[in-house]
Amino acid sequence: MATNVYMEALSPTMEEGRVVQWLKHEGDPVKTGETLAEIETDKAVMDLVARADGVLRQVAVAAGETVPVGKVVAVIAASGEAVAPAGRGTGDEGRVIPQPAAPSASSPLPRPPSPAPADATRVKASPLAKRIAKETGVDLKLLTGSGPGGRVVRRDLEAATARPVAAASASAPVAPVPSPSSPVPVSRGGAAYEDVPLTQIRKTIAKRLVTSLGPVPHFFLTTEVDMERAAEARDALNRQLGDNGKVSFNDVILKATALALTKHRPCNAWFQDDHIRYWHEVHLGMAVAVEDGLITPVLRYADTKSLAEINREARELADKARSRRLQPAEYTGATFSVSNLGMFDIDQFTAVINPPEAGILAVGTITPKPVAVDGQVVPRRRLRLTMSCDHRVIDGATGAAFLKTLKLMLENPLAMLL
Amino acid sequence: MSVPGSKPEFTPGRHSMNSAFRIPHSAFRTPHWGEGSLPNQFDVIILGGGPAGYVAAIRSAQLGMSTAVIEKEKLGGVCVNIGCIPTKALLHSAYVASLLRESKEFGVDVGAVKTDYGVAMQRSRRVSDQNSKGVEFLMKKNKITVVKGSGTLQLGRKVKVASDVYEAKKAVVIATGSRVKGLPQIGLDINKTTVISSDEALFLEQAPPSLAVVGAGAVGMEFADIFHAFGSKLTLIEVLPRILPLEDAEASDALAKSYKKRGIEVLAGAKVTKASVGKDKVVLDVEAAGAKQKVEAAVVLMAAGRAVNTEDIGLKECGIQLTDRGYIKVDQSLQTSAPGYFAVGDVAGPPMLAHKGMREGVNVVELVAGKKPHPLKYDNVPSVTYCHPEVASIGLTEEQCKQRKLDYVVGRFPFSANGRARGSGETEGFVKIIREKRYGEILGAHIVGAHASELIHELTVARENEYTVEEVELAIHAHPTMSEAVAQAALDSLGRVVDM
Repeated sequence: MATNVYMEALSPTMEEGRVVQWLKHEGDPVKTGETLAEIETDKAVMDLVARADGVLRQVAVAAGETVPVGKVVAVIAASGEAVAPAGRGTGDEGRVIPQPAAPSASSPLPRPPSPAPADATRVKASPLAKRIAKETGVDLKLLTGSGPGGRVVRRDLEAATARPVAAASASAPVAPVPSPSSPVPVSRGGAAYEDVPLTQIRKTIAKRLVTSLGPVPHFFLTTEVDMERAAEARDALNRQLGDNGKVSFNDVILKATALALTKHRPCNAWFQDDHIRYWHEVHLGMAVAVEDGLITPVLRYADTKSLAEINREARELADKARSRRLQPAEYTGATFSVSNLGMFDIDQFTAVINPPEAGILAVGTITPKPVAVDGQVVPRRRLRLTMSCDHRVIDGATGAAFLKTLKLMLENPLAMLL
Repeated sequence: MSVPGSKPEFTPGRHSMNSAFRIPHSAFRTPHWGEGSLPNQFDVIILGGGPAGYVAAIRSAQLGMSTAVIEKEKLGGVCVNIGCIPTKALLHSAYVASLLRESKEFGVDVGAVKTDYGVAMQRSRRVSDQNSKGVEFLMKKNKITVVKGSGTLQLGRKVKVASDVYEAKKAVVIATGSRVKGLPQIGLDINKTTVISSDEALFLEQAPPSLAVVGAGAVGMEFADIFHAFGSKLTLIEVLPRILPLEDAEASDALAKSYKKRGIEVLAGAKVTKASVGKDKVVLDVEAAGAKQKVEAAVVLMAAGRAVNTEDIGLKECGIQLTDRGYIKVDQSLQTSAPGYFAVGDVAGPPMLAHKGMREGVNVVELVAGKKPHPLKYDNVPSVTYCHPEVASIGLTEEQCKQRKLDYVVGRFPFSANGRARGSGETEGFVKIIREKRYGEILGAHIVGAHASELIHELTVARENEYTVEEVELAIHAHPTMSEAVAQAALDSLGRVVDM
């Protein structure tokens, strides 16, 4: 019996996927677990694997094509088996759990595609919410439930996707706005503009960020840190490490941030609508610019790791992010984030909080400045840190106390040993 | 029993010297007016001891708040005394009469059936009185102070009853309910003899020879059912195009058919243009579908809506505003335009149903106690008419689904195909479930038939918890039961009905 190959939800927020390339082709024998195709999701390029043994047939989607989650993209048939044409793009069969076309007593039940492996915490959600989530590809684990006992219900999904997900809340369709015609005569050769469709990652960024600055009451705290001693410490460390690696300023800042967070629990928290989750673990999100967007892979248990470990892991995560090979578990679940634009010579900036996290640290460039030290103006390497705080969780003084500890640690790196 | 400093008027068994008397409560045993509170000070004061008010009071007391209820008549309000409860007693009498008339078919010959409305009425009074006493008992059990008298709201969260002033530290909850109203503009002012309301109908000694019921909502439908069973010649007049105008059209049609079949004259889309009220009869000029006719009846029962009790309770003085339609204006947390004053039940707006008011009462006091109550889903309040066959529904009607341009599928199952219903000879009616096409969300459910009032709750629970039709169907339903029709209707909506 033939088994349909579906476009699976390979990331928690994936709604559609683009086939980058088929690694198996029509007529190739495939085994369960083998990679059939590379799929570009909203976050990364992921593998679509076979869920049955057999021969790949009826490849319905060509490389480069984008299809919604749940669509049949191919069929795995027993060799020699005749197969009915695979469902072709009505988009209506948007179900993730396949309905076997003709179950027979002898054939094993087809295994539904396993959901993307995110963290293993159990999600409380209503059956309706689960069904909507499954079809729209929303990860229920990322939502805060407003139902009894924190259960995710339909309105939470509506809030998350910011559009009606069920008919009961459907509003009248919006009339399409005619696009303004471009001013006619002045031609400088070439089009006046270019319309570029949103890539998966840009769509996700757009969706995620409006759930931040709009609803999350941000405020910002900036402090300037003297980095002389941190620089000395780093140089000394790097001399000692020699060929065994290098520690960057970013690593030092990540380490100090993680340690400061352990001393300022209120800043290491998630806002969860009716409660605040104060984390005992520090998982640092680190914003990484990738082609056409950014992503924040997570440095797990950052407070417990050595500078060398942080350096190695941060580098690996950044590399994976840039090559779009991050697994969902590697970019979800941060408790606080750090965004560094120092390499772009940005003095200071404000970063947008990634909900449900309650804070993010924006790191500027380290630059020599004339500073008064003991009555003498001397050049010192200085760094500007700006923290964005969710005021529902962090108050001014709370955020300031955290920044003070962080500043102290960077200005006196030995304090990190305390 | 006594506590130093307690005043004599709080001695158990002795009425207050004031015109208001209190059912003694145990404040003297466990003084919850500690910390400098005055005897007339409570955390929560509830104006009105009907279903919304008394349930709010009990929940308030459970949450540890000192609570007083002010009631000018009997505890339990309209519901217990002149509404839900006595009518259900009378409807059961009507059911017994109808059943006995058909009993020969079941192999039980009781001969000619004689009915006596007076006896049925007396029984319904006993039921009401027991229920009212039950509420009184619950007040005592929960140590709630009951103040008898008419309360008037005052500024500063105070309520005046006769010459006493009671002060609420946390909240005043207005639960004054509603009352019947006539249609004086067409000459149908309630005169309590030939033009009556349910208030009078519930105390009649005998059924009138002929009765015209104006209004075919729940109240009109139920009294038409009762009096027809007790031998009155019945005419049912509804101005809107169909009886039970708020229900699904299929439910209205089924009831119209059933009523007509048993000899009730049903005039829908019929407007009473004039009424000539005589001493022992009323003649109504009725215009329906362009045709005019006269309806003559010994008694006219007005069942065309209710008026809320918002007069003379000091709303204006406290700055509490009303809506355009005359209800007390409340925000999402049921707070009125005056902070600290809340409104629940009929005065707070439709649907005017006891169970909606009860939940509002619970939610308000939970909010006052700093809790986070489950938000009331007004579109999931079951609506039930206890006539025969019963009509029960939740959510949207099919017409509303169409108006909202929803993508829906209807599943139906008639009781005539249900084994249990056939066994008991209760094959009238059906279960109709409207589901959203894509996700299976239950948009609305409509049941007509025996025990519909009980059967609806499976779907109410399902819908409240966002179960889809599939979860309803997946739960095994005992065989043979009428509930199977619910599961079959769910299956039908999925295109997989078995028993039909």
